[in-house]
Amino acid sequence: MAAHLSYGRVNLNVLREAVRRELREFLDKCAGSKAIVWDEYLTGPFGLIAQYSLLKEHEVEKMFTLKGNRLPAADVKNIIFFVRPRLELMDIIAENVLSEDRRGPTRDFHILFVPRRSLLCEQRLKDLGVLGSFIHREEYSLDLIPFDGDLLSMESEGAFKECYLEGDQTSLYHAAKGLMTLQALYGTIPQIFGKGECARQVANMMIRMKREFTGSQNSIFPVFDNLLLLDRNVDLLTPLATQLTYEGLIDEIYGIQNSYVKLPPEKFAPKKQGDGGKDLPTEAKKLQLNSAEELYAEIRDKNFNAVGSVLSKKAKIISAAFEERHNAKTVGEIKQFVSQLPHMQAARGSLANRTSIAELIKDVTTSEDFFDKLTVEQEFMSGIDTDKVNNYIEDCIAQKHSLIKVLRLVCLQSVCNSGLKQKVLDYYKREILQTYGYEHILTLHNLEKAGLLKPQTGGRNNYPTIRKTLRLWMDDVNEQNPTDISYVYSGYAPLSVRLAQLLSRPGWRSIEEVLRILPGPHFEERQPLPTGLQKKRQPGENRVTLIFFLGGVTFAEIAALRFLSQLEDGGTEYVIATTKLMNGTSWIEALMEKPF
Amino acid sequence: MNRTKGDEEEYWNSSKFKAFTFDDEDDELSQLKESKRAVNSLRDFVDDDDDDDLERVSWSGEPVGSRTRPGSFQSLSDALSDTPAKSYAPELGRPKGEYRDYSNDWSPSDTVRRLRKGKVLIFLKRTLSKEILFRELEVRQVALRHLIHFLKEIGDQKLLLDLFRFLDRTEELALSHYREHLNIQDPDKRKEFLKTCVGLPFSAEDSAHIQDHYTLLERQIIIEANDRHLESAGQTEIFRKHPRKASILNMPLVTTLFYSCFYHYTEAEGTFSSPVNLKKTFKIPDKQYVLTALAARAKLRAWNDVDALFTTKNWLGYTKKRAPIGFHRVVEILHKNNAPVQILQEYVNLVEDVDTKLNLATKFKCHDVVIDTYRDLKDRQQLLAYRSKVDKGSAEEEKIDALLSSSQIRWKN
Repeated sequence: MAAHLSYGRVNLNVLREAVRRELREFLDKCAGSKAIVWDEYLTGPFGLIAQYSLLKEHEVEKMFTLKGNRLPAADVKNIIFFVRPRLELMDIIAENVLSEDRRGPTRDFHILFVPRRSLLCEQRLKDLGVLGSFIHREEYSLDLIPFDGDLLSMESEGAFKECYLEGDQTSLYHAAKGLMTLQALYGTIPQIFGKGECARQVANMMIRMKREFTGSQNSIFPVFDNLLLLDRNVDLLTPLATQLTYEGLIDEIYGIQNSYVKLPPEKFAPKKQGDGGKDLPTEAKKLQLNSAEELYAEIRDKNFNAVGSVLSKKAKIISAAFEERHNAKTVGEIKQFVSQLPHMQAARGSLANRTSIAELIKDVTTSEDFFDKLTVEQEFMSGIDTDKVNNYIEDCIAQKHSLIKVLRLVCLQSVCNSGLKQKVLDYYKREILQTYGYEHILTLHNLEKAGLLKPQTGGRNNYPTIRKTLRLWMDDVNEQNPTDISYVYSGYAPLSVRLAQLLSRPGWRSIEEVLRILPGPHFEERQPLPTGLQKKRQPGENRVTLIFFLGGVTFAEIAALRFLSQLEDGGTEYVIATTKLMNGTSWIEALMEKPF
Repeated sequence: MNRTKGDEEEYWNSSKFKAFTFDDEDDELSQLKESKRAVNSLRDFVDDDDDDDLERVSWSGEPVGSRTRPGSFQSLSDALSDTPAKSYAPELGRPKGEYRDYSNDWSPSDTVRRLRKGKVLIFLKRTLSKEILFRELEVRQVALRHLIHFLKEIGDQKLLLDLFRFLDRTEELALSHYREHLNIQDPDKRKEFLKTCVGLPFSAEDSAHIQDHYTLLERQIIIEANDRHLESAGQTEIFRKHPRKASILNMPLVTTLFYSCFYHYTEAEGTFSSPVNLKKTFKIPDKQYVLTALAARAKLRAWNDVDALFTTKNWLGYTKKRAPIGFHRVVEILHKNNAPVQILQEYVNLVEDVDTKLNLATKFKCHDVVIDTYRDLKDRQQLLAYRSKVDKGSAEEEKIDALLSSSQIRWKN
């Protein structure tokens, strides 16, 4: 059981159980022994919903990855394909079905589309002559997946590009569907706030879906007070800056996928006496990262500079606990010590892991280049020298640092300047194309379309106004004992979170002017509740706001929201949802054009 | 025929054809008797010429008598699901104003999903109807987006480009066409393809880049063929000493320049592989050129060439060292390539900013430079401190001692 999902203000295990139940029902429909053929992309997200043990309970005996040619031999009655509705996958499935060995025992085929069926895909299967071979063809609406007690994600990689570059609202539709599912389980959300075009679309869809759904009135007592929908393009700045929380840095350096991170194994080899280091593991060390682990929950959202002291304090406590064994004199005391041993050993193991990770991160953050990069980022964010070609960026290009690193910096400069002067932009573009290849014209074009790297379009630079009005740059930031969300970037307060903070108190009316500068409409909608279900809040009880980032969210923003949630007089606790957990690197990577 | 908005409303309200809109609930739809009488056209549309056999129906389900245009939308029934399919063929002969727009908050997949429920399926014919299709779509932004998404998904590049061309979305057209080159592996074919991209309606800046891309690949093919030949012949020293690790094809411009400075440095401007030729053809700025040439020659430990890069004779015939990139960069690159201390020292000396100079000199152990600088700064304390950093009994230590005991220097501390 994913116990950690229940610890938050909203019990997300309810969602998880509902989703698991649907899966169980489908598996039981295909009665008998079965093998699942997986679209690799789905295995990660599914792992958060159901472990192999659950599948085994429903007679899943084998699991394979979707590949071309013939399916591996397996003595099962059913073969079930778990796939996204993508045409290229249909081709592979058809290949599998057609090369099925007729001489062997017949196996029944089924297909489960995640999260929706697709006419195009079924048409393709028909064209390839295999559609009739499937007995059960269904969809599994896995939209929002719970990642932690206060975090949900659709893990839709293409959402930002589709929504903001191609005008394709598929992900928005899925987001709306996901929200309807949440409302079915947790009650209608009485108030919806939003900023951005996509936010408006999602709200519209929700309202329409609710109307169509007139049948059963929702009789569940509402858990959420508000829903805040935010377009990613309202705040293009935040993901570009380097995150400085513990979890944020792990994601920046190593990349966190579905709550797992793969780390270089050397630091995690068990220290054995006289080993000579010949048995060093070569496979990457895989660690799970969620609030189920106490120590991780404690340090994940802290600024990295504050982590060291926490870890060393912890080390002292654990050492002291182990030293207790010397004090245990009576049998009873010894027994008690021994019974606590597993917990202490787990704590020590956890501490060792976290410390090793911290050491790995420190190697990066203490490097000269990291410092130089951070300096430039902070200069841009505080509005310094954003209108000319930057020396550090030039040097990075000259030394052929990673293209994405360069693009992040150049885009950051552009966003902090509301677009670059044509001369500066052309200069950067030429340097980049000559150094990394002309084919990147396509990527640069995408970045322009997304608003990340564009020429100044007459008008003035709006960023300083936004920065000053919303107090985005805080000079005196306390990393150890923060008093403001700007600690997550050691000085810069994420614009998106600031907007949420101001919505809660004193409300958006106080920042009307700034809101009008930011792209997209802002709005408020109410969804009527039957009188018996009106939420009556106790004095001192916090509101619960579900904040949905349309286009992606970073761990630093999540940390900032958690910080707000546990403020004494904050007034609001947040549950965070998004189309994708991302960072500046994965974000830009999704915008690069690649061969088909 | 151009109907005004008022006429449109009137048409819908008075027409005997029952209107079909996507806003309708499922229940309402199934009650529309006329809809139920809609004809199923099951034909897969394969043969472009078989216009005559198309059975086209109006919204009400009655077959249409007159044909106003050859070819039209052909509907394909939803033979996929078990429920009986309902098909509708929008009569495109009608003027634009008569069609309701699709609901604005629909995604392409959403449309497709509703299609599954048997409402409408549109299948495209690839001939004259293109014009009709495009013209209709021009005023329907949402449907247009759906179509573009649909075409991208099924990979119909040709129709997509036709669409862009029609819509005058010329830059998108150009980029969409250019994008295809990523899928062409064969260098000659790719070169030919790039040629077709030159002259497409890119922005002025991008046009220049596309032209450069083509020219570069053209050159690279020639250089690659030539060098491969030289390498296998085994007579050229540079290729024997430093065998090539990869082909130069499809490498970026700067990489190509590096390669050229490495393997073809001394060649005259006339050859395609000479660095000077590359510089001229692609208008590579001095800064970039010097940096790249420096990196290449330093890698080969050709210190004389490095020297020559920075030496210019002024009009009086005196030589002077100058660099368009700042000598601290030069020093870094030299150090990266393990240049001997004497060489490093020479260039550290040329760094103008004193602090940077000291920094680099200390970092790279250019003792003489440090000593001389502290001497010039008349900083006794620092010089004394530095003494502990040099080897015991070395020439440097002696030099420091000599300076410290010199009576001619007026130390400031």
